[in-house]
Amino acid sequence: MSNPLKLSVPENVPFIDFEREFDFPVEAVFEAHRSPEAIAQWLGPRGMTATVDHYDFRTGGRYRYVHTGPDGVSYGFSGVFHTVRENEFAIQTFEFDGYPDVVSLEFLRFEDLGGGRCKLVGHAVYPTQEARDGMAQSGMEGGMTESYERLEELLGTHR
Amino acid sequence: MDDSDELLDRAFMALADPARRSIIAQLSRGPATVNELAAPFNITKQAISRHIQVLEQAELVTRSRDAQRRPVHLNPARLEALTAWIDQYRLARESQFRALDDLLESQARGGLTPKDQS
Repeated sequence: MSNPLKLSVPENVPFIDFEREFDFPVEAVFEAHRSPEAIAQWLGPRGMTATVDHYDFRTGGRYRYVHTGPDGVSYGFSGVFHTVRENEFAIQTFEFDGYPDVVSLEFLRFEDLGGGRCKLVGHAVYPTQEARDGMAQSGMEGGMTESYERLEELLGTHR
Repeated sequence: MDDSDELLDRAFMALADPARRSIIAQLSRGPATVNELAAPFNITKQAISRHIQVLEQAELVTRSRDAQRRPVHLNPARLEALTAWIDQYRLARESQFRALDDLLESQARGGLTPKDQS
């Protein structure tokens, strides 16, 4: 049983907030965010191949990774790490190739819950309301999970 | 968590199972009875009934009171609602974090840290 994702998409402000607990120590979760090899293994949606061009998870570092679907279509994402404090906090920019110049700012807090557990608290700020709704949607074209693809197929057949 | 969140969670939970997705796929061709839905599966009618109950609770399907046949119908409005962008976002995030769980789990089991650590 996995921990639930608490997602909040408030109206009239271009934010997305989430909280997600992990039954693993904060160091392990931070390391999975820091290591480019680990990132390639979990950041991409299942069924897509993730290629990490570079991923330098420290203050002033940059990143770029590309997800390629089974249909060969690629989706690139890039940004810079404004602040990274080990096992504690990170601020990064996020840009999807499909929406150049529409850059969001993402704040990520790593909270030690004790007992070998931790919590990720994320807060994303988009330049406009439209960007929040629109970019998430476009980005998700690349980020569609297998289950969503199946859902799409189903909707396609009953339409 | 509000009611719509809870309903959404239930819908995703319901659709996480391949047998239930297959039932939805069958229903997309038209309403069907439990017997008809059970036919392609190598499982009992009771098991199919339980799957249908889960789909019903998620409001993905409805059952009409049509005498003893009680056919199962798809609830297209509910399925449409799942295509809203935020649900795509949630699905992608969920699957991302589950993948992270899996990675951490395999690392904890192997007692390994990623190879690139210098």
